[in-house]
Amino acid sequence: MAEPVFAPWTDPNEKPLIQFKGVTKRFGDFTAIDNLTQDIYAREFFALLGPSGCGKTTMMRMLAGFETPSEGQILIAGQDMSRVPPNKRAVNMMFQSYALFPHLTVFDNIAFGLKREGKPKDEIEARVAEMLRLTRLERFAQRKPHQISGGQRQRVALARSLAKAPKLLLLDEPLGALDAKLRQQTQFELVDIQEKTGTTFVIVTHDQEEAMTVASRVAVMDEGRIVQVATPSEIYEQPNSVYVADFIGEVNIINGVATPQGDGYDIAWAESQPPLHAQTTRGFSDGQSCHLAIRPEKISISTEEPETRNKVRGTVHDIAYLGNLSTYHVRVPGERIIKAQTANTRRLSRRALTWEDDVWLSWTDTAAVMLEE
Amino acid sequence: MKRFSAFNAVSLTLGFAFLYLPMIILVIYSFNASKLVTVWAGFSTRWYAELLQNEAFLDAAWVTIRVAVVSSTIATVLGTMAAYVLVRAGRFHGRTLFSGMIYAPLVMPEVITGLSLLLLFIGIGLDRGILTIILAHTTFSMCYVSVVVSSRLVSFDRSLEEAALDLGCTPFEAFRLVTLPIIAPAVISGWLLAFTLSLDDLVIASFTAGPSATTLPIKIFSAVRLGVSPEINALSTIMIGIVTLGVITASLVSKRASIRQQAEAQAAVRA
Repeated sequence: MAEPVFAPWTDPNEKPLIQFKGVTKRFGDFTAIDNLTQDIYAREFFALLGPSGCGKTTMMRMLAGFETPSEGQILIAGQDMSRVPPNKRAVNMMFQSYALFPHLTVFDNIAFGLKREGKPKDEIEARVAEMLRLTRLERFAQRKPHQISGGQRQRVALARSLAKAPKLLLLDEPLGALDAKLRQQTQFELVDIQEKTGTTFVIVTHDQEEAMTVASRVAVMDEGRIVQVATPSEIYEQPNSVYVADFIGEVNIINGVATPQGDGYDIAWAESQPPLHAQTTRGFSDGQSCHLAIRPEKISISTEEPETRNKVRGTVHDIAYLGNLSTYHVRVPGERIIKAQTANTRRLSRRALTWEDDVWLSWTDTAAVMLEE
Repeated sequence: MKRFSAFNAVSLTLGFAFLYLPMIILVIYSFNASKLVTVWAGFSTRWYAELLQNEAFLDAAWVTIRVAVVSSTIATVLGTMAAYVLVRAGRFHGRTLFSGMIYAPLVMPEVITGLSLLLLFIGIGLDRGILTIILAHTTFSMCYVSVVVSSRLVSFDRSLEEAALDLGCTPFEAFRLVTLPIIAPAVISGWLLAFTLSLDDLVIASFTAGPSATTLPIKIFSAVRLGVSPEINALSTIMIGIVTLGVITASLVSKRASIRQQAEAQAAVRA
C-alpha cells in the first residue's frame, strides 16, 4: 500500500508553521529581501536555493531572530515574531561555521541549551545521551571540538541544535565544509534525522544537488525574491523561468518565435530551418518570442536521420566523457551549441561518434519547456 | 636555517648589553656588603634584611600593591567593555571619535595626564591619597587593556555569540558563558600589563599622590635624591623581579592561547 504523498502545501485546510507576509529587509540602500510572501508547513524540509547575495541567508537570519524585517511580518505558528528575541524563540540554528564552543566538550556543547532552560541534571544527561546516539557520537562526548574531525563536528552542531527539540531547525549551508563523498552520505543522514524527529527543517544552500536531494520543496531565489517554489522534480522538469531552468542543472536554451500549431506551438528558431514543435500549458500569442529549455539528457544523438518532428542537424564540436555519462557539444546552424547527453550503460560499447562527425539531434514534443521572455 | 655568524653574535651581545647591563649592575650591587654603592666588598643579603625593617618602604610597597591590584582590575573591566563596544557595536554615531579618544592616552605625555588629573582632583575637592592614585592609574592603563582585548575580539567568530543567543542565552549570559571564557587569555594579559604599568609608574603617581599615601617609585625617587643607598638597589631588584614575572606570565598566557587557537584553526582547515 502506498503512503499518502507528503504535500501539505496542496491542502487548503493545513495551517502553515511559518508565514512570511510582505517581508522586506533593507541594509542601508541595499534591498536584501523584496516584499516576500511565503508559507512553510510543519514537517517540511524546505530548501532556500540561490547564488550568494540572493537573500537566502537573510531570510534564515530573520527566522532565527538575528535580523528584523524592515517591513512586513513573520509569523511562526501564528505568532508575530517581530518583537521576539532569538533566545525566546522555539527555533534553533545550525551555523555554517558550526559555531561550536571551543572551550566546552562535545557533551557540554550539546547540553548548553538544555542547561539554559534550567532542566534537572538527569533529564539533561538523558537528552544529551539520546542526541549522541542519534548522531553516533557516543565515543566523543568528552572530546573538545578541535579534537574531532570535520564530519564529527558537523554532527555535534546538528545534535546541539536539535537537543532543545525546536519546532523549527534552520541549517545554514550545513554541509559546505565537508568533502563530496561525506556530503552525500550526510545528506541522507539529515533526511533520516528529519524524518525521525519530525522537526521542520529550513536549509540554506547554494548547492542545487544538495537542495534536490534533501528537500520536500525548493525555493529558488534571485535578488531578494523567490522565483519559484516547487518540489525538486517540478523545479527540474517544469521550471517557470529561464533563470530557474538555467540555475538548476544543465539546460539548452533556444530562442525563437512561437506560432500556434495543432496541439502546441511551432517555434521558428533559425533561418532556413524547419520550426521546432513543443507542447505547453502556458498560452502564447501568435508571433510572441519565447525560450525553449531542453535538458541535455532528453536529447538523443544519432548518425541516421530520426523519425521525430523535432530534429536538428549538426556536427560534433566537443565530447565530455564523465564516466557514467557522455556529453556531446553539437554545433548547429546559427553558430550555436546544443548539448546532448547519453548514459554509458555498456562498458565496452563502441562509441561511434567522434569529433567533427555529422549527427542528428532529436527530442519528443514534450521534452522541451516553453518559457516566456 | 642560517648559521649563527660572528656578526650576529656581536650584535646580539651589544643589543642585550645595552638593554640589560644597567639592571645587571643594579642587581649585583644589591648584594654588596659595603655601604658604598660603587665599591664591592663581598656578597651579602644584609640590605634585603634591612629593607624589611624599613617601615616607610614597607608602607609604600603595600600602597603600591593595593593601587596596582585595584586599578588594574577596574581598568580591565572598563577596558574590556570599551573594546567590546568598539569591536561589536558596528558603526554607531561618533565611533571613530570614541576609538580615537580611547587610544589617545597611549601617546599622551604622562606629565600632561598627571597634571590634568591633579587639576581635576583639586577642582572637585578630592583629597589626594590612595584613591586618587587608583583613579589616575585606572585612567591611563585602561587603554592598554582595551588595545589587548580588542585585538583578540577582532578575530573572535561572531557566530559563537549568535549560537549562544540561539540556544537561549540572554546577551549578558552569552558574554559571560561564551565570549568571556574564550577571550579570557587576552583579558588576563591585559590585567597583568595594567598591573605592571601601575607598579612602576612614577610621573602620574607623583602628581596624584598625597602626604597620606606614597608609592614605591616615588619613595625610591625621593630617596635617591639624598644619595643612592644599597637598600634602594635591593628594593629595585625586587621590583624588577615582580615586573619581569608579570610580563613573562602575560606573554606566556597570550602565547599559549594563540598556539591553541592556531591548532584549532589548523584542525578546522584539515576537516
